[in-house]
Amino acid sequence: MSTRSRVVLCAALAVAGCATAQRAATPPPRLGEPVSAAQLAGYDISIPPSGEGLPPGSGTAREGLKVYEQHCLACHGAKGVGKPADALAGGIGSLATKTPLRTVGSYWPYSTTLFDYVRRAMPLNNPLSLSDDEVYAVSAYVLFLNGIVSEDAVMNAKSLPQVKMPNREGFISDWPPRRN
Amino acid sequence: MARVLTKGKEMKERRLFLRRSAALVSGAALAGHAHADPLAGEPWERVYGAGFTKYGQPARHEQIGRHLGQPYGELAPGSGAALSPIEALDGIITPNPVHFIRSHSGTPEIDPKVHRLYIHGLVERPLRFSIDALLRYPRVTRVYFLECSGNSSRALTPKPAQVPAGAMHGNISCAEWTGFPLRVLLEEAGVRPQAKWILAEGADGAHMSRSVPLEKALDDAMIALYQNGERLRPEQGYPVRLLLPGWEGNMSVKWLRRIKLTDGPTHTKDETSKYTDALPDGRALQFTYEMGVKSVITRPSSTMKLAERGFHEISGIAWSGAGRVRRVEVSTDGGQTWAEAALEGAERTRALVRFRSPWEWNGGTALLQSRATDEKGNVQPLRRDWVARYATDARFHNNSIVSWGVESDGSVKHVYA
Repeated sequence: MSTRSRVVLCAALAVAGCATAQRAATPPPRLGEPVSAAQLAGYDISIPPSGEGLPPGSGTAREGLKVYEQHCLACHGAKGVGKPADALAGGIGSLATKTPLRTVGSYWPYSTTLFDYVRRAMPLNNPLSLSDDEVYAVSAYVLFLNGIVSEDAVMNAKSLPQVKMPNREGFISDWPPRRN
Repeated sequence: MARVLTKGKEMKERRLFLRRSAALVSGAALAGHAHADPLAGEPWERVYGAGFTKYGQPARHEQIGRHLGQPYGELAPGSGAALSPIEALDGIITPNPVHFIRSHSGTPEIDPKVHRLYIHGLVERPLRFSIDALLRYPRVTRVYFLECSGNSSRALTPKPAQVPAGAMHGNISCAEWTGFPLRVLLEEAGVRPQAKWILAEGADGAHMSRSVPLEKALDDAMIALYQNGERLRPEQGYPVRLLLPGWEGNMSVKWLRRIKLTDGPTHTKDETSKYTDALPDGRALQFTYEMGVKSVITRPSSTMKLAERGFHEISGIAWSGAGRVRRVEVSTDGGQTWAEAALEGAERTRALVRFRSPWEWNGGTALLQSRATDEKGNVQPLRRDWVARYATDARFHNNSIVSWGVESDGSVKHVYA
């Protein structure tokens, strides 16, 4: 490399270095708008296993049957047998067999997931339409169909997270990843 | 004279002139007076071609389309998947109109002026962002593949389906994504020390939600706004989606409306009842995020027919959620011998790689397979080993070797080997 081209290269590197430093020093814009708890309330619908965030209200399986017949039965079948949509009941004890049936009762590890999912996504053609009482009631009904709670058990923010699902211990976490 | 014509009139005049000229030329050629041999040229060479269009379409002779998987039919036509026709594509970039789609409650029609992205939970400052605001952040462009973790579940049926490669393995696509690191927004909101996970949620009817370890969210997670140079399409998450390079596609939440920082995973429906990997003993693996090293031969592939013996290029796609593809080997004898294929794009991480291997078909039967190895040393498993590892109804993360059987008449069949 000639002296001249070395000088040019060094100058180019110096300019590039300077540009990089400038770019790094420029903070990104801060364009987020502050939001209050009240503004967030209607959006904050995710419910973890602890039940944190469960709303007031309650329902029983007996009340949930009416909700189920009106909003769920057409796709999930009588008593949650399924078809055309997923089966919701049955299959407890089938997971280690050659014909496992994975339902809310046999597979789902947490009852809070049932409330969370029904409230955010069901019924398929009209999500976010059920009242919290209706969601508690129909969750109670699905748990009742699986023999997990009694027909008159009241499901609410306190009792629902305490329901122990049959497959609670059935999962092996792969995070952080195990290496083979 | 032409100068005083309006632009439209000028064009019309010119078209008329060209048509008349073409008529004269072809007339002369037919009459055969001007030359002993007519000038060579097909009919389309003797006319003025079509005018411009604002948004282009593929050639009439090259109509391709996604393979629709709609398990609920007309009852829920937007629940299921539309798989990319990988057998009809080449290179590594999937054109936007045929990028695979996996949706749970159809494609929402979102007004970008109304949509907001909320960031809250274990942060110093809960914030919300308009789309106009997100479009003002400094951008980066990256090429990444996206694969549904249910991809290739159709290759787990008792008998091998005789359908095109894309109808089984087309829940994979690769695009150039433009946006900016999610980290920028999380830092703006101020991550509290107790935060270990985020919950990402979409604005579709399903309000699709997944928990993502904070480590990934602060690493290479992207807020994506553009795909292959144009704004996201509705079915790909318009106006804004999350993109988690190399991880199961379901987690790259489309129509992103909310990110909540939490101290643990939320255990949503799609990380418990689905997207968990069932084992033979009744238990299941949960939070298996990284997509395994994988490859599939796209040409020749299932349902195709080799027209004649002689040279054929064996070509396909390979990828790994763990990083770069280091090697792809191709076998034409069912894995007895392997030849190393040439790779295109192997310098990119978590992007598709195109592999090519020359082949002389002698007219006999052949069993075509490809086997990928990534930079971490992970090797694509045999199908029988994969099947033995999981429950009979397992259908996520199938990255096993795909086999195409060539029969002596040249027809290519899907086989289990």
